Amino acid sequence: MTFLHWAILFPFLFAFMVPFLYKTFRKIHTGWFVLPLPICLFIFFLQFLPGVKYKEGIVQTVKWIPSLGIDFAVYVDGLSLLFALLITGIGSLVVLYSIYYLSKEKEQLNAFYVYLLMFMGSMLGVVLTDNTIVLYTFWEITSFSSFLLIGYWHYRERSRYGALKSMLITVFGGFSMLGGFILLYIMTGTFSIRETIAQSSSIADNGLFIPALILLLLGAFTKSAQFPFYIWLPDAMEAPTPVSAYLHSATMVKAGIYLVARFTPVFAGSAEWFWIVSLFGIFTLFWGSFHAVKQTDLKAMLAFSTVSQLGMIMSLLGVGSAALLFDHFEFYSVAILAAIFHLINHATFKGSLFMVAGIVDHETGTRDIRKLGGLMSLMPITFTIGLIGAFSMAGLPPFNGFLSKEMFFTGMIRVLNMDVFQTETWGFLLPVLAWIGSIFTFIYSMMFVFKTFAGKLQLENLPKKPHEAPIGMLIPPIVLASLVVIFGFFPNLLAYSLIEPAMKSVMPSVLKDGEHFHIHISHWHGFTAEFWMTVGVVILGIFLYLTASKWKRVYDLQPKRMTLNQLYDHSLKTTGKTSNRLTSFYMTGFIRDYLVYIFAFMIMAVGATMIIKQSISFAADDAAPVGIYELILSIVMIAGSITAVLARSRLTAIIALSSVGYSLALFFVLFRAPDLALTQLVIETVSTALFLLAFYFLPELQKKDKTRRFRLVNFIISAGVGGIVTLLAISASSERTGKTIAEYFLETSYSLGGGYNVVNVILVDFRGFDTLFEITVLAIAALAVYSMIRLRTGGKDVEENGFKNE
Amino acid sequence: MKKTGLKTNDLILQTITKIVLFIVIIFSFHLFFAGHNAPGGGFIGGLITSGAIVLLLIAFDVKTVKAILPINYVKVAAFGLLIAILSGIGSFLFGVPFLSHTHGHVHIPVLGDTHLATAVIFDLGVYFVVVGVTMTIIQTIGETE
Repeated sequence: MTFLHWAILFPFLFAFMVPFLYKTFRKIHTGWFVLPLPICLFIFFLQFLPGVKYKEGIVQTVKWIPSLGIDFAVYVDGLSLLFALLITGIGSLVVLYSIYYLSKEKEQLNAFYVYLLMFMGSMLGVVLTDNTIVLYTFWEITSFSSFLLIGYWHYRERSRYGALKSMLITVFGGFSMLGGFILLYIMTGTFSIRETIAQSSSIADNGLFIPALILLLLGAFTKSAQFPFYIWLPDAMEAPTPVSAYLHSATMVKAGIYLVARFTPVFAGSAEWFWIVSLFGIFTLFWGSFHAVKQTDLKAMLAFSTVSQLGMIMSLLGVGSAALLFDHFEFYSVAILAAIFHLINHATFKGSLFMVAGIVDHETGTRDIRKLGGLMSLMPITFTIGLIGAFSMAGLPPFNGFLSKEMFFTGMIRVLNMDVFQTETWGFLLPVLAWIGSIFTFIYSMMFVFKTFAGKLQLENLPKKPHEAPIGMLIPPIVLASLVVIFGFFPNLLAYSLIEPAMKSVMPSVLKDGEHFHIHISHWHGFTAEFWMTVGVVILGIFLYLTASKWKRVYDLQPKRMTLNQLYDHSLKTTGKTSNRLTSFYMTGFIRDYLVYIFAFMIMAVGATMIIKQSISFAADDAAPVGIYELILSIVMIAGSITAVLARSRLTAIIALSSVGYSLALFFVLFRAPDLALTQLVIETVSTALFLLAFYFLPELQKKDKTRRFRLVNFIISAGVGGIVTLLAISASSERTGKTIAEYFLETSYSLGGGYNVVNVILVDFRGFDTLFEITVLAIAALAVYSMIRLRTGGKDVEENGFKNE
Repeated sequence: MKKTGLKTNDLILQTITKIVLFIVIIFSFHLFFAGHNAPGGGFIGGLITSGAIVLLLIAFDVKTVKAILPINYVKVAAFGLLIAILSGIGSFLFGVPFLSHTHGHVHIPVLGDTHLATAVIFDLGVYFVVVGVTMTIIQTIGETE
């Protein structure tokens, strides 16, 4: 374990302490305790900056499940470092902001910070690991923590709805991604991303290449809210604003971007990757910005804007992937450069805008732009931050958004010069959609800032009397807004420290040793196509913003039915109903029916296997002679079984059954298996006690239950089970050939396990995993019994979830 | 445990239980610690401890036992699982895979040279889970009327 591993695990460990800190120091806001952690981690990751600039990335491996090739390998290169800095940097600001946003008296801060730290740790894990299985594990933890944070105000119906929606969609994607990883493993034989990249040239012709590509992209698209999966992101805005700023704009939703960037070296160069990534991206850009304009809630507007900006970065990665095919790759790799640059810029300006929206909500009590307006004079600092953020988002100089927006246009225009993958036919779509999307981006950016801060103040519509936010709440957005300005004026600060190393990780193969990408970001390129596109965006944007009331009816033309959200709701409801119907078809509520299923299945499965494998055999050569004790015990057991079956009362049946069990224990004693004998004795005692308990609740045995058909089925099942088990036992002992595994255990039990009791050593050491899962299952079963008996709700909960079978 | 019309006289059972209970529990501890080299272990030890508590339940009734042993068995099971998992994670600290165990001789002041195995920690988890699970199930069913 190196410090890098600990850096990922620290947030998790700290999360354990949060509830105690919360309980002990109720007077101090728990956030103050949490704040140092992301700051320290940020500083820790900063020191890797010089490292990634010149050399290869740093790899540190800890064995996790080496037999399956699953190691907790941490890999720091330009791309992962960029994300790690974003996660910890924005994380620090968000924690500071949340201290002022969430009241320590009213909110459950312990839960909030536990979830937030869980997220931070898992997100670091996602971007820093080199092992796909570890990546998947952390990926799912980010989905869980996002679910918990969206549903943080769980008493609200909308929060629960949003949480469930995000969970279902992202977990569906995550699961597909796991499938993709497994396919990659089948092709390459490794779970390591770096080794997969090294083999990328040899897998391109594999039949599994395209399925793996699609499955992986499903994971990326659901997480990064690409069309048509974006529908969860607007509903995720039910989360507290710090969470929206952190998870749903700056970091978690960029995990999909990270995945695409990370796997670009594997898949780039294939037409499918190019077209799927860039077309879905560019369409998402257009669709998101188009819908952002019609929103009236500030956060909903930002949510659609995030969707759109994520689409933009995605499309840039798609377009940039084609650069590998050309000799003059630097001409085309500008798209990758733009993607990485915009990733940073988006985190700064969108983070600050979310915080501004949170401040407005916090100080006025509403986020509805129809009620807001004229806050400029009351909240001058907030207004300034909002103005900088919005202008950067709109792509106006001199802010950083302008630079990356121009570069975005450059990347899209250069698609027209490509002559691969039939770009000459459909390639024009990319710059056109990019331009239209940018116009809408301009419009909603202006709406965000001017509808809120300019115009007429409507004090009567505001639930609270507005005033400027406390300084602590203003510091984080001020920091972000200053970054917007600094990166705007001095973009080359980032060029070789962060962007170039990240580009190298996205396109490792094009550079020879010692070479590096030439990056120079400038404000003025002359009267180029990009310049005129920006001018067009501004002019058309202003015109459309001013005439918005005239053309906004366009949105009414959209069908109200058959939207993606309705599709989601409908399919969820139908799935619930169908599965309810299917389940109630065989779940009759009678345990005897379930036993019939289980035993019938067992008879068929074991019987069929034995017949197909022709493994039924009778050999009595090495059978031991039957002694008097065995004979007596067998007679007792047979008598006990017959009594249990024929008994007229349950009590008799239970006692008869226990006599069978105790005789079995004696058999173990005879055959010198003291462990088994002990276990059997105790199990028998405890289960008899359980039977007696359960017996109290069971109805009396009734004559009318015993119809002829019922008896016949029971007879067939019991005869079948008896026959199969007997056959199995006899065949198993007569088919024995060669050495058994028992000898290995006997030999190594002391030398490897340190114990003479082989049974115990097997349980806790050799097969420790099995035992771990068994006790987990036991605990789950106990919880199920506990909750089924204790929390009987009388079926009310079923109705609430909407899965009621009508 | 069960209310019947007849008034039962459990005097003999109750008196014997009071004595036997401790013997059974001490035996279960013995089995737990002996487990690695002689018959026993966390599973059997846990079951016998639960057996002792079940005996108490039969001799007295659920309410009395709950008053004597105010234990939340669900938490006992959770605690056991936590120990088991932490004992697995612990092996990461030494740079070896999950759930790797080791053993060796340790010199303990009073007991002298003792052979210890880390698998015992895992077994302790098993012990608690078994006690917790068995007693959760029996107590929950026993409490319902």
